[in-house]
Amino acid sequence: MTHVLTRSPRRRPTVIVACTILAIWIASALFAGWLSPFSPSAQLPRSKFIGPGADHLFGTDGFGRDVLSRVIAGARPVLTIAPLAVLIATIVGATLGLLTGYFGGFTDGIATRILQAIAILPPLFPAVLAVALLGRSTTVLVVVLAFAFTPIITWTVRAATLVEREKQFVEAARLRGEGTAYILGREILPNISNSIVVESTVRLADAVFAIATLAFIGLGAAPGSPDWGAQVADNRVNLQFAWWTVLFPAVAVASLVIAVSLLADVIRERRPE
Amino acid sequence: MGRLLARRIGGLAITLALTSMVVFAMTSVIPGDVARRILGREASQEAVNAKQAELGLDRPLIEQYRSWLSGFVRGDWGTSFTKGESVRSLVLTHLAHSLTLGLIAFAVLVPVALGLGLLAGLRNGTRTDRTITVLSLCGTATPEFVSGVLLLIVFSVRLDWLPSSARDEYGFRGLVLPVICLVIVCVGYVTRMVRASVIATLDRPYIRTARLKGITTRSLVRRHVLRNSLVVPITALGVQLRYLIGGLIAVEFLFNFAGIGSLLLEAAQEKDVPTLQAATLVTGVVIMLTFMLTDSVYMWLDPRVRVGAET
Repeated sequence: MTHVLTRSPRRRPTVIVACTILAIWIASALFAGWLSPFSPSAQLPRSKFIGPGADHLFGTDGFGRDVLSRVIAGARPVLTIAPLAVLIATIVGATLGLLTGYFGGFTDGIATRILQAIAILPPLFPAVLAVALLGRSTTVLVVVLAFAFTPIITWTVRAATLVEREKQFVEAARLRGEGTAYILGREILPNISNSIVVESTVRLADAVFAIATLAFIGLGAAPGSPDWGAQVADNRVNLQFAWWTVLFPAVAVASLVIAVSLLADVIRERRPE
Repeated sequence: MGRLLARRIGGLAITLALTSMVVFAMTSVIPGDVARRILGREASQEAVNAKQAELGLDRPLIEQYRSWLSGFVRGDWGTSFTKGESVRSLVLTHLAHSLTLGLIAFAVLVPVALGLGLLAGLRNGTRTDRTITVLSLCGTATPEFVSGVLLLIVFSVRLDWLPSSARDEYGFRGLVLPVICLVIVCVGYVTRMVRASVIATLDRPYIRTARLKGITTRSLVRRHVLRNSLVVPITALGVQLRYLIGGLIAVEFLFNFAGIGSLLLEAAQEKDVPTLQAATLVTGVVIMLTFMLTDSVYMWLDPRVRVGAET
């Protein structure tokens, strides 16, 4: 698997580390029930704030809940919301980017301006506004993150399309009398698919980052959902005497974003000549 | 150069006008009755209607947008629904706090990124280079609240060197950890850009000429390589700024810092619409101005851009 992803042998350790971390979290998201030693919400009143040890590898929190089980449970929400949001943003962004890049002109000018106006704000801002105003739910998160990432993806695809549309095979297809849909889908899209893949992977890391941050500031998915960011925020007050309740979910977030970013980096460098 | 700047300002004005529409549209989709939220549950329907008329909420949206925007331009940003204070002083005070934090972070960021990028670029392909590249990528990929919490565990809980909060009473010491958080998340990107610029510069023919003339490595780096890379952090700032400001929300929340990020978050949670609108739009304006500033500094430092853009 590793040699498919990278031609340079020096990068192989990076790929192995990134794929292992990713595999662990995907497994946690899929088989949380089997993997976790306890139920993530089970409260054991007589074992509050137990340090990491044989019974509880990652210790327990203030309600006597097993931290390891809660960390495992936290993989599912983030690995559902982030890929969905990025998938929507990629489909919408690639379509918009292809159309505006290929046709140019007046519509392109207007679309570019509107996208610029959205993209000028930090991606987290629309998310904070929407989640606070519309309420906390998985659907709101998916839609608002897709909205926040669409302009950036449109931008990249538009730039790549601008380059491709000048090439001779596009000209040839046009002279053959092919329709616009054929030219965009069969001639241009395959040639820019690599930049779309790179862009989506980078946005996937961004989405995980944003979801964790939103959960941390209290604007995550529905209240009570075992998000890593929310676990860090809830246990922040216990930092003085129970560091393990904060450390493990925090490391979980970082490891997932780092793994996805490393993969994005490797895919970017792999770009065929 | 003057005409170029004028055209740039015109473009920015159009984008800003559109941004204001986006902000207004986003804050106007709020479900629920703003007037009732202000007056409380027990208020009579007549009082609610009167309040709505007073706030102008019974008028068409276009009309509301026009009066909001003209008020904003004239400096009348309204009154906070929840705090009863003038939104303008509220937003500007918090913004000043955040800008201080951001500027300190930038001042720390530049030398660190230049040093690391230079080291990685000069040792291109070695173990040092790979370590710096991977570590800086990890820094960029670590959410601010994660690095913040880890820093708190080490420096505030274990070692008890620094306060865990950035409230005013802790003064400058309270700012150390928030600044480190912001630097960690931004330093990776800037380091990579510096590294790329160093590698590109080393490829130039004049470097070979200088080497053949027998210049020492130290003065080669100082006079030819570093000078070319100095401009990189400034242009990188333009790209990073949105993420820096987005990151402020989490950092300010974690360290109880009264900046624009925590103001926005509080206003969003309390559905304080005037504060939300003003804080978001002002952030957009600040980002725009910084873009312009970095562009102008870049043009000023690098005559090639100036000539290229003019034609």
